[in-house]
Amino acid sequence: MNVLTYVESREGKVRGAGLEALTVARDLAGKLGGSLCAMIIGEGAAANAISLGKYGAGKVFVVEGDDFGGYSPEAYREAIVAAMKAADASVVVMSATSLGKDLAPVVAAKLDAAFLPDCTSLEFEGGKIVVKRPVYAGRCLITLSTGSFPAVISLRPKAFLAKEESATSPVVTALNVDTAGKIKSRFVEFRVESAGKLDVTEADVIVSGGRGLKGPENFYLVEDLAGALGGAVGASRAVVDAGWRPHGEQVGQTGKVVNPTLYIAAGISGAIQHIAGMRSSKVIVAINKDKDAPIFKMADYGIVGDALEVLPVLTKAVKALG
Amino acid sequence: MNIAVLVKLVPDTEATIKIDADRRKIAAGEINFVLNPYDEFAVEEGLRQKEKAGGQVTVISLGGDEAAKALRNALAIGADEAIQVKSNGGLDMLGIAKALADAIRGRGFDLILAGKQAVDDDCGAVGAMVAEFLDIPHVSIVTKLDIEGDKLTATREIEGGVEVFEANLPALITAQKGLNEPRYASLKGIMASKKKVIEEVAATISTPKVEVITLTYPPQRPPGRIVGQGVDAVPELVRLLREEAKVL
Ligand SMILES: Cc1cc2nc3c(=O)[nH]c(=O)nc-3n(C[C@H](O)[C@H](O)[C@H](O)COP(=O)(O)OP(=O)(O)OC[C@H]3O[C@@H](n4cnc5c(N)ncnc54)[C@H](O)[C@@H]3O)c2cc1C
Ligand SMILES: Nc1ncnc2c1ncn2[C@@H]1O[C@H](COP(=O)(O)O)[C@@H](O)[C@H]1O
Repeated sequence: MNVLTYVESREGKVRGAGLEALTVARDLAGKLGGSLCAMIIGEGAAANAISLGKYGAGKVFVVEGDDFGGYSPEAYREAIVAAMKAADASVVVMSATSLGKDLAPVVAAKLDAAFLPDCTSLEFEGGKIVVKRPVYAGRCLITLSTGSFPAVISLRPKAFLAKEESATSPVVTALNVDTAGKIKSRFVEFRVESAGKLDVTEADVIVSGGRGLKGPENFYLVEDLAGALGGAVGASRAVVDAGWRPHGEQVGQTGKVVNPTLYIAAGISGAIQHIAGMRSSKVIVAINKDKDAPIFKMADYGIVGDALEVLPVLTKAVKALG
Repeated sequence: MNIAVLVKLVPDTEATIKIDADRRKIAAGEINFVLNPYDEFAVEEGLRQKEKAGGQVTVISLGGDEAAKALRNALAIGADEAIQVKSNGGLDMLGIAKALADAIRGRGFDLILAGKQAVDDDCGAVGAMVAEFLDIPHVSIVTKLDIEGDKLTATREIEGGVEVFEANLPALITAQKGLNEPRYASLKGIMASKKKVIEEVAATISTPKVEVITLTYPPQRPPGRIVGQGVDAVPELVRLLREEAKVL
């Protein structure tokens, strides 16, 4: 059985999550004894296609054109369905980014396919695809399986590592996708809300601040440390609700679920809804005045102290590492 | 405007989740169940659109007794009518969406609202699937919705920014935090909701394509360590992050 990967790109650049999906799809195609086929949609698709050879894509479909400039669930759905057909694929793998979370269910419904969303592990055992995914805000993991094909799979960003393979030079084919009369929700515009800033879902390092920062005027301390670490700024819901920080930075059950290598929580108590968004971080550091704050139960390393004092010293020490 | 809102009952976000002896579902035991927080935004948006344009709000939930409870909750907040799509379980995500779409089809809804995701399965899929089955446009993860006549403009949250979409009604929207501030149920609303009749329809059955194998707890994090107090602990923290955790 062949596997198709939709390698997500944005503003002409392949996204890290897309390469993760490609790596997983490559392994899966190997296990299924099928071939791997990739596709890119939208701006820069053709220009990026060759670069996917490094990840073992032997065949790449590119879909470009006016209808694919911005995201459109219907146009992208048509593109994926067309590529599935062209690749004779039984499985499509994509990323559970905000785009993929919207697109994957649409494709699954269209194809009447088995649907495995937002997976954090994927195996092929006894003729079935077996995945794990977090449920109940990460308080449990559910193992799901399907032997029904076609299957639509989306992968949680940063749950898998993108790995290059001995480079091949892929056969790139432009795919004509007929969208006439199909587009129902019209993309109007994309507005950048945090120009040049790294999104928490894409960052390897996140420094988050909570109510313990005392006021929005002190968040420069969080920004400075994030800057020194090349990371992103996150926030607790308390400070987002208070209007100190934008909603896009909120980490947690009603914010974003993040998966960084290093997560530093400063002045955050560690409420269960906050933990829900960051528990799978590889290393967690907490800075909190209260030695009994629940965040310390989650943290690998903790400093009991005033974040307003500790943060600038930590920033300085990080900068000194060069 | 004829508005439908899809609602679901979920464990309170504070609840301690315990896995049932069958290892396939959670033990309902002492858990407090509430209306899915994102569905509260959806219900609120339905009520606001109705207050603006007139019409009525019908809430719809698929399931057994818990679905009826979700509907009572939503009626108490102010929904006019309720439909329970009766099911004893056994459906997968696709089956749930199909059954909801079947129950909705033909009722002439102009606007269908759902939550961005249900905080139990955390799929975030049912809304978009229902729209696809109904062959109507949808916009998901919406933080701002304007409707003029039969045209809607919706702002959707994505990484690093927002996307703006336009679509014609009928359409489906999934609600994200920020869309509005949900109101609470009033005492009067609670009393009135008890008298309302919930329409019951049978869920269309489809064979699940996805099987639940097991539910497990996530791997425990190793016990943490307090490195020290105040600024004096910074050098040791940096050393540990560098040499032990190897993340600097
Ligand atoms: C349905 C629902 C969904 C929710 N979703 C989310 C979510 O997505 N994300 C989220 O974060 N929350 C969420 N919450 C809210 C959550 O329950 C908490 O209220 C919130 O996380 C608390 O934020 P906080 O830690 O910044 O504030 P607090 O709980 O007030 O904690 C502040 C902490 O700072 C410490 N502190 C004070 N001064 C200092 C100082 N000078 N230096 C160091 N430490 C100091 C205190 O000891 C305390 O531990 C949700 C709640 C509900 C009901
Ligand atoms: N059983 C159900 N009955 C009614 N609506 C549902 C049901 N399951 C999911 N939904 C709706 O779909 C949204 C997303 O759910 P999910 O895809 O399960 O995360 C929820 O917020 C509800 O609005």
